[in-house]
Amino acid sequence: MSVLCADDAAATRTLLRPRLSWSKPRTRAIFLQLMVVAVACAIMTMVAIQTAANLRQRGIASGFDFLSRATGFEISAGPLSYSSRDTYIRALELGLLNTLRVALLGILLATGLGLLIGITRLSNIWVISTMSRAYVEILRNTPLLLQLLFWYSLSQALPGPHAALHLFPGVFLCLRGLFLPSLVWHEGYLGLSGALLAFAILIPLVRTRSRQRRERKGRGLPTTLLLAGAAVVLLSAAIAIDRPGLTIERPVLIGFDFHGGMSISSEFATLLIGLSTYTAAFIGEIVRGGFLAVDKGQTEAAAVLGLSRRKALRLVVLPQALRVIIPPTTSQFLNLFKNSSLAVAIGYPDLISITSATLNQTGQAIEAITLAMIFYLAISLTISLIMNFYNTAIVSPERGGHNS
Amino acid sequence: MRLIMAGLARGLRCAPMFRDRTNVIATALLGAGLGYLGFRFVSWAMVNAIWTLPEGANSSLCRAAKGEGACWAVISERFRFILFGMYPFDEQWRPALACLLFVSLYVVSAIRAWWKPWLLAFWVAIPMAAILLMRGGLSGLTAVPTEFWGGLPLTFVLSTVGFAAAFPLAVALALGRRSQMPGIRVLSIAYIELIRGVPIITFLFMAAVMFPLFVPQSFTVDKLLRAQIAFVMVIAAYLAEVVRAGLQAIPKGQYEAAASMGLSFWPATVLIVLPQALRATIPALVNTFIAVFKDTSLVVVIGLFDLLGAAKAVIVDPKWVGFGIEVYLFVAAVYFGFCYSVSRYTQHLEKILMARNHHS
Repeated sequence: MSVLCADDAAATRTLLRPRLSWSKPRTRAIFLQLMVVAVACAIMTMVAIQTAANLRQRGIASGFDFLSRATGFEISAGPLSYSSRDTYIRALELGLLNTLRVALLGILLATGLGLLIGITRLSNIWVISTMSRAYVEILRNTPLLLQLLFWYSLSQALPGPHAALHLFPGVFLCLRGLFLPSLVWHEGYLGLSGALLAFAILIPLVRTRSRQRRERKGRGLPTTLLLAGAAVVLLSAAIAIDRPGLTIERPVLIGFDFHGGMSISSEFATLLIGLSTYTAAFIGEIVRGGFLAVDKGQTEAAAVLGLSRRKALRLVVLPQALRVIIPPTTSQFLNLFKNSSLAVAIGYPDLISITSATLNQTGQAIEAITLAMIFYLAISLTISLIMNFYNTAIVSPERGGHNS
Repeated sequence: MRLIMAGLARGLRCAPMFRDRTNVIATALLGAGLGYLGFRFVSWAMVNAIWTLPEGANSSLCRAAKGEGACWAVISERFRFILFGMYPFDEQWRPALACLLFVSLYVVSAIRAWWKPWLLAFWVAIPMAAILLMRGGLSGLTAVPTEFWGGLPLTFVLSTVGFAAAFPLAVALALGRRSQMPGIRVLSIAYIELIRGVPIITFLFMAAVMFPLFVPQSFTVDKLLRAQIAFVMVIAAYLAEVVRAGLQAIPKGQYEAAASMGLSFWPATVLIVLPQALRATIPALVNTFIAVFKDTSLVVVIGLFDLLGAAKAVIVDPKWVGFGIEVYLFVAAVYFGFCYSVSRYTQHLEKILMARNHHS
């Protein structure tokens, strides 16, 4: 009975205030949203309170103070020098740099290889297109982690440093990685920086002149050739001015490892090869789809207009194919970036590996994982923003200026 | 005889690899290289391979042949472990039957005439039956705790349950993202983008390390279930984008027609929009399933023994250290067999659906 009474009272109240009538979709929408947001907030608060209680009980002090303590672990490879006396923040910085390094190189390699795969898939030559197809099917249909572990076992089947394969003078391959001689450019950066500056100014200059000439005479300048020539001249001028002491430093086996020269650790190489070959399979399919999406009539129309096959490809087919290719390729780049976290399985010191080492040592799981998530999220969102901008500004605009 | 030769020659000329002169040259050149590589591979994988070792022997025979011949003995000796993990040996018919149940679920789902609402019930019932069978503890089956689960059935459980449980969540998120209510839209977008912007491994670490901090200490959830929850949450975000693409493909006229029939939001969505949207996204859904199936291998990182984890555990054994290539090739073949057949199925499906769209 009392329930009915309450309902009646509520009904009277809503009648008196018609703006908030339950029969109006707007009111219901507001109510529903408030409810959903309240539930979400309630869950988060409950988790936060419980977590705080658990942390107190276990005697874990929350906060980011641990970042400035020394880690006590060694990190095998990276662009920064690192010793066990350095702090966690430096370790995480190193991890981030390692992640970015492998991801950027991986994206470059995957794009190149993916283009190659996509184009050879469309080849008229049966052996070539079949090979690319087999490549795509095998790489796409097995887990990336499995591929990484496979490549890593393969690299570990190489001989140890003492029996390293001596491929070329100064080049050694062993289970630790590839060791190469490095070129050391001693002092004298004036000429080099001047040359770089001059080259940077030259590029737009040549382009503009070429365009002007094309507009006047119908034929532009051979820009690529001119710029390549300029690069050679400028570089030799720079060497003449700087007279740099170029020395070659060769790796030498001391004790159990190679020292000096340049080295590519087998973990880095495995991760780079694994990530780029895997992603290339997906990019290859996207590229193939992009070219197939361009109507055959476009090529024929270009031929009718008297464009050469190369020009037709560059000016007619490619711009249209890119419109289809770029958006999904962006998400492949993002996937590669995120997949680089699988480094943890083969012991490459990327951000996730170092985060995991950090949380094992300090017990600061929440802080460490949150930091890693923020880094990944920031970079992912940046890449997708840039690519979205590129996509809307350069690729998408269709003729007539409106997007449907 | 001459007739046969002529026929053979004509057959060869029509074969794609000898279609024209370029093809003949390419086939000859690349064929020689490929043939050499193939020969090397066959002599490693078949001719010089060691298939079995005598009972109780150590692996020195295999080590002696290393580099010359593959050691398939590791597979023949340990395949039960790779396929079923640490599940009690005498009870392994249960995970085997569970695998069969899962495969039958996929086969049933592949038949287009059976794309009816009751199929959804199958996706609830069969994983539950398989899990009960593996867990035991009733009708005379001994209980096997999840620590002992492993191998292929674990991969099937993680991917299938993950997919099935994430699906309703994904539909809700996709509808939420397209909702006109800002509160719900913002929450859905935040959830989807947060999860898609971060590697899946992070969430597995969260499930393994952070989850116990989030809940009362009396409340313990075993590791497999935690990993499963993490997967459900992650898959939901990725699936939501697939479902959203399907929703976007529904012409506006459908919504308007539903509204003019006097249907309000929920009836219109459930009866008109979703059936069409989901039907159109089935190929994409299946592709997501393949991705999920491969991604479940990430549980290796938090120490669960799925198919890949069990394989990795085999080569930790001192007897088999250094035979990773053989073990990984075997596991790759299992993954490939499954994923390739499913992806061939989607390609076939896309062709059929496309043809139908062109007709109408």
